[in-house]
Amino acid sequence: MEFNRKHLLELKGLTREEITFILDTAESFKEVLKRPIPKVPTLRGKTIVNLFFEPSTRTRISFELAQKRLSADSVSFTAATSSVLKGETLRDTARNIEAMNIDMVVIRHGASGAPHFLTQCVKASIINAGDGQHEHPTQGLLDIMTLREKFKTLEKLKVAIIGDVAHSRVARSNIYGLQAMGAEVALCGPPTMMPLDAEQWQAEIFYNLDDALAWADVVNVLRIQLERQQKGLFPSTREYHKLYGITRARVEKAKKEITILHPGPINRGVEIESEMADSEFSLILDQVTNGVAVRMAVLYLLSGGRGAERFDESTN
Amino acid sequence: MICLLAYGAEGFFVIFLMSDKIQSKIIDAEGLNRTIARLALEIVERNRGAENLVVLGVRTRGVPIAKRIIAQIKQIENKELPLGILDVTMYRDDVFKKIKQPVVQPTEIDFEIHGKVVILVDDVLYTGRTVRAALDAVIDFGRPSKIQLAVLVDRGHRELPIRADYVGETIATEMDDEVLVNFKEVDGRDGVFLVKQLKEI
Repeated sequence: MEFNRKHLLELKGLTREEITFILDTAESFKEVLKRPIPKVPTLRGKTIVNLFFEPSTRTRISFELAQKRLSADSVSFTAATSSVLKGETLRDTARNIEAMNIDMVVIRHGASGAPHFLTQCVKASIINAGDGQHEHPTQGLLDIMTLREKFKTLEKLKVAIIGDVAHSRVARSNIYGLQAMGAEVALCGPPTMMPLDAEQWQAEIFYNLDDALAWADVVNVLRIQLERQQKGLFPSTREYHKLYGITRARVEKAKKEITILHPGPINRGVEIESEMADSEFSLILDQVTNGVAVRMAVLYLLSGGRGAERFDESTN
Repeated sequence: MICLLAYGAEGFFVIFLMSDKIQSKIIDAEGLNRTIARLALEIVERNRGAENLVVLGVRTRGVPIAKRIIAQIKQIENKELPLGILDVTMYRDDVFKKIKQPVVQPTEIDFEIHGKVVILVDDVLYTGRTVRAALDAVIDFGRPSKIQLAVLVDRGHRELPIRADYVGETIATEMDDEVLVNFKEVDGRDGVFLVKQLKEI
């Protein structure tokens, strides 16, 4: 198996072999994280820029740690401290970064398609760290890795994605990735939060949480974006919790073991009961650990192709 | 030799292509066992026993050799040495030079190497770059009191100042030759083979 992609923009279109290859590579890097000195020289001399136009804690720290563990040189900038505030366009920002001879750009942006746009104006490899309502591929990969660790295979595993599916890039990456790996996916949430074109995924749709829990082996609980409440998608967080919040009582009612994932940050007491987030059902902290390993694998695999070109140019 | 059957407008054609490589056996199955037994003896002799020794096999072919060395030492000294597996891909200086990307596999060392004598085992010593990478990898796990290198075949053409402490066989090769080390458990046969490129005279 060879991994020949230059960018990681979405999980849509990735084959089962490619995803498996990334995850196998990630397992190897996970071992590095457990060493007394959790650092390897693999990406020495590579320069990576992290462009975060939207707030992020976990994803940015995870990418930065992955880069440091691989000995890459990285620079991060966030919209709040950059020239974006002075009115610079994405294209200009990108062209300027390009002029500084960068190997790879990790980008999070509020507009769907921003990473794709970057691939057209710079030569560096682009990694999508979440764009608008499109995809968040590394999150999808770390969710799959966490499930594969627990269940060994995702074949026929029933995963219900619960919450604001319509606005969630995590949901989209999960759907494409999980389906490629052979899992069955269902969506659950209030009708206002279900995408109009949800049938395209051939996923079962539940509007009742108890039905979804009765069906599922795994629930991936999406974060309720509280800022959306102003748009009137749901009447109140209390009502949302009452109808769609994961609670111990509801999980016990399903009378089986249900595994809980959450991409974070958690709104305790809204989409999930505080106690359940820390319960024996939850793999939330495994997800965070795997996030660093998956990002190391993606950085390593994507820099491969480009690295080869660059090396040959400089030696010939 | 490769035989191709082609079907064209005039009927069937049989095309024979002479392979441009020839393979010769350097060490056979019994020879391999004897060589590894000798390496084990030398290791025990030089270190005056098997106390304080740990064995690290370099993926992939260093691992079966390391296992066999451990089995031999157990016969001689009645002591089972711990085996660690080292993957040096992450430490290579040519990771991005190769067209085909090496697959990173996990390193498995579940014992303390601090203060130990590490016997580093690989199949073929060639440019020395793998060993250089392996030394860096070992040192990231702790500070061994010594590192000694055991290889089955030394084929010359070093690019770095590295030498082995224990050598199974030294063979003269050309740069574009290939040395294949095969093991029953991985390749279905035991033996060391030299693959020479045929050149026009």
